[in-house]
Amino acid sequence: MTLAQAPHGFLSPAGVEIAFLLVGLLTLGAALVTVTTRQLVHAALWLVVALGGLAVEYLLLTAEFIAWVQVLIYVGSVVVLLLFGLMLTKAPIGRSPDADSGNRWAALTVAVASAVALVWVVVDAFRTTWIDLDGPAAGTTEVTGASLFRHWVLPFEALSVLLLAALVGAIVLSRKAKADAEGEGDGKAGADGKAKADALPAAPGKEGAR
Amino acid sequence: MNDVLDVALRLLVVFAVFLTFPLIVGQTEHKVMAHMQGRLGPMYAGGFHGWAQLIADGVKFAQKEDVVPAGADRRVFQLAPAVALLPYLLVLLAIPIGPGEGAVGQVLDAGVFFVLAVMGVGVLGSLMAGWASANKFSLLGGLRTAAQLLSYELPMLLAAASVAMAAGTVSLPGILHAFHWWWLPWQIVGAIVFFVAGLAELQRPPFDMPVADSEIIFGAYTEYTGLRFALFLLAEYAGIVVLCGLTTVLFLGGWHGPWGADGLGWVWTLLKTAILAFLVIWLRVTYPRLREDQLQKLSWTLLVPLSLAQIALTGIVKVVIS
Repeated sequence: MTLAQAPHGFLSPAGVEIAFLLVGLLTLGAALVTVTTRQLVHAALWLVVALGGLAVEYLLLTAEFIAWVQVLIYVGSVVVLLLFGLMLTKAPIGRSPDADSGNRWAALTVAVASAVALVWVVVDAFRTTWIDLDGPAAGTTEVTGASLFRHWVLPFEALSVLLLAALVGAIVLSRKAKADAEGEGDGKAGADGKAKADALPAAPGKEGAR
Repeated sequence: MNDVLDVALRLLVVFAVFLTFPLIVGQTEHKVMAHMQGRLGPMYAGGFHGWAQLIADGVKFAQKEDVVPAGADRRVFQLAPAVALLPYLLVLLAIPIGPGEGAVGQVLDAGVFFVLAVMGVGVLGSLMAGWASANKFSLLGGLRTAAQLLSYELPMLLAAASVAMAAGTVSLPGILHAFHWWWLPWQIVGAIVFFVAGLAELQRPPFDMPVADSEIIFGAYTEYTGLRFALFLLAEYAGIVVLCGLTTVLFLGGWHGPWGADGLGWVWTLLKTAILAFLVIWLRVTYPRLREDQLQKLSWTLLVPLSLAQIALTGIVKVVIS
């Protein structure tokens, strides 16, 4: 990020700044609708709008690479996963009467607290920094890659270990659930078999558990 | 003023390509399929070998009533075809067809990521359609679409990443500038993985489980009629154009040709794209539909390991030659 020489004021915004604000408001609005709407699938679709708006904000901040990765990962994969999950449930068309949570005040508190913390950190860090739009682009793939793998390698590697741990954890959890189910099946079949004086083999019980 | 004219002209050309090329692919599919099956295909519309068949189809679709089922989620239902179609228009903007500055709609710094990201958004249209139709066949189609996308997005990305590694850039024209003929054997595994995964993402046969007409009518599009249905069909053929163009640019060297390509680069690009499009049609006529478990198995046990192996190979060769 480079410091432009000319002084900037908040009272004479450029076109880009106005666009940034408008997209920001749209994103905020979409995010609010996402958490308040009672139609589950609509919430997921509003989430698409919010995440897409965020990608546009990245674009306006000249971070092209981050913007496309945002669309690729969040809109293209996470929301598809969400919709896949919703389609497996009985999400009705129209309002879900039980879509409200009793925790909403706690959730609101946490959300506001984290928003305040984030805004505070960002404002404190970039108080008078302006992106020089006329100079070389500050957020190209090359610049992003260089700063990521020169200055931020340690956090990057730590993050990859975290993701690996999450992946292994997911596999262990899913395998354990399966093994438990099989174990129960075996145990039942064994108990039945004893009760009926070894009349039944264990296999049918195992198949049933699956 | 000149800049504005330039931008307008580019957008106009891309839009014209977007409107005509999918129709050409569609018409070719009619004729090629017919001849492969020992038929003639459309022969009457337009006079000469039924060249105007798809225009006639378009007129027919436009005349049909636009029905929205009573139980459907109206707005999502009506929005879905646009969400399915528009991403392909955006992708076309970024595909370079010639070496010059003027031969691409818009040069993007992270072109590979742009095209893959935006293509992924198109699938949201099918999901919206599948859910909003209030029809169990549509819902099943939507589910299958999502499952298919989740498993095939990964190998596609990995294969594209391999080319980006080889070229040392993620810009599409940049990749083509770095291209040499020996990349063809070097990246061939990645090319096949990319093409197959792309076919699966477009839900083309043999990966058309989400629209399997003999089991779930037409999947997510079951309830659609008239123009909106035509838009979904157009999205499919635009997807073929985009996929073939991308495979050409990423793996087959785009505008590079064996006998020098001065001034004729765009011919090579179009020729390679057309051959790939023919291949897509050929595959449709040749292979039976894969079952859902076979689909998942193919992706996770074959395509993902192959693309990872391709990335390893790319890395090794890259280190050796540098």
